[in-house]
Amino acid sequence: MYNFGFEKPGTVADAVAALGAEDAQALGGGQTLIPTLKQRLASPTTLVSLTGIAEMRGVCTGDDGALCVGGATTHATVAAEAGAYPALAATAAHIGDPAVRNRGTIGGSLANNDPSACYPAAALASGATIVTNTREIAADDYFQGMFTTALDEGEIITEVRFPVPEAAHYEKFVQPASRFALVGVFVAKYADGVRVAITGASNDGVFRWSEAEAALSSNFSADALDGLSLPSDDMISDLHGTAAYRAHLCGVMTKRAVAQAS
Amino acid sequence: MTQVTMTVNGKAASGTVEGRTLLSGFLREELGLTGTHVGCDTSQCGACVVHVDGAAVKACTMLAAEADGAEVTTIEGMANADGSLNVIQQAFQDHHGLQCGFCTPGMVMSAAALLKDNPKPSEQEVRDYLEGNICRCTGYHNIVKAILAASGQDVPAMAAE
Repeated sequence: MYNFGFEKPGTVADAVAALGAEDAQALGGGQTLIPTLKQRLASPTTLVSLTGIAEMRGVCTGDDGALCVGGATTHATVAAEAGAYPALAATAAHIGDPAVRNRGTIGGSLANNDPSACYPAAALASGATIVTNTREIAADDYFQGMFTTALDEGEIITEVRFPVPEAAHYEKFVQPASRFALVGVFVAKYADGVRVAITGASNDGVFRWSEAEAALSSNFSADALDGLSLPSDDMISDLHGTAAYRAHLCGVMTKRAVAQAS
Repeated sequence: MTQVTMTVNGKAASGTVEGRTLLSGFLREELGLTGTHVGCDTSQCGACVVHVDGAAVKACTMLAAEADGAEVTTIEGMANADGSLNVIQQAFQDHHGLQCGFCTPGMVMSAAALLKDNPKPSEQEVRDYLEGNICRCTGYHNIVKAILAASGQDVPAMAAE
């Protein structure tokens, strides 16, 4: 790693001020950023740790019934405390491994928007609201392609609000070496319709499968997906799986997610 | 440079570190606690697992500065007060849960974290919890047996043996 300065502010305001310095970079749990720094793929002048900000940690239920997760909340905490949204807790409980879950944060995951990460699928399928220090961003506007989001320079995810669905499930086909999702599908059924978000598959990062959503909104059963398929044109193709294989997995994982949704 | 102070295995420890100093490097090179092993240095293998404020973390993927003010426990802090092996360590010896021993510090620290939250895990729960700890010698069976034995449970014959 190239060397850098380190700051650990105690408030969002102090973090925003620290991130105003040239080439300063926010640090969540570091489970992606630290390996990235080791490879010298980034060279910030200063890392600003967000994990010391008490107001950004924890899980609660908002006035509107939405589950609110502080941006610096670890996966382990979500797994243990998001009981009001069981599919979200289960998703968090299967990210990485136990030691990674004790450090990695939801804000860090969403800010990075890895095309194979789990949380982007959960946020997009839930129609979550990404709350930052300056504004609220709908999930549909937030994810803008692989490793690309609506966040501005120095903007911090302070909270993520998840409307709690009637039924939901996240089904992940694990890439056996990295344990990231080769394909992961999050299905969430709300009173006004079903949302389906897929991670791991597309060169454009997480996306919604609108055709499946329409079919499931009128008939919430795995059978409703019979005959539906996604084109493989924009799917990721690598040594772990071809584009056609990933496109096939999208259908299979979506069916499994619907069958297990509760 | 940043001044850090933490409690390591019950004793105050402090030092001056660069921003980029990893917790694993601080423990090993500044404090001489070389029981925390660095295997892959990419957070895959788990040989560097220590406890920070009671939670298992990979010390190669946490900055020393992030652990400022924390309570850290390493493998050196696991033995009983009289210096004898604790129940997990003894079970690893009794059940041949190690061969070369390189992964063992991380295995023991992960096992301790598991048993703290789940005192009587099933065999599957043990295997799931060890997802982030890699052992290239044992095939895991004897490690799983050791952890089940340390939890006071009977050690089953395992189907894959």
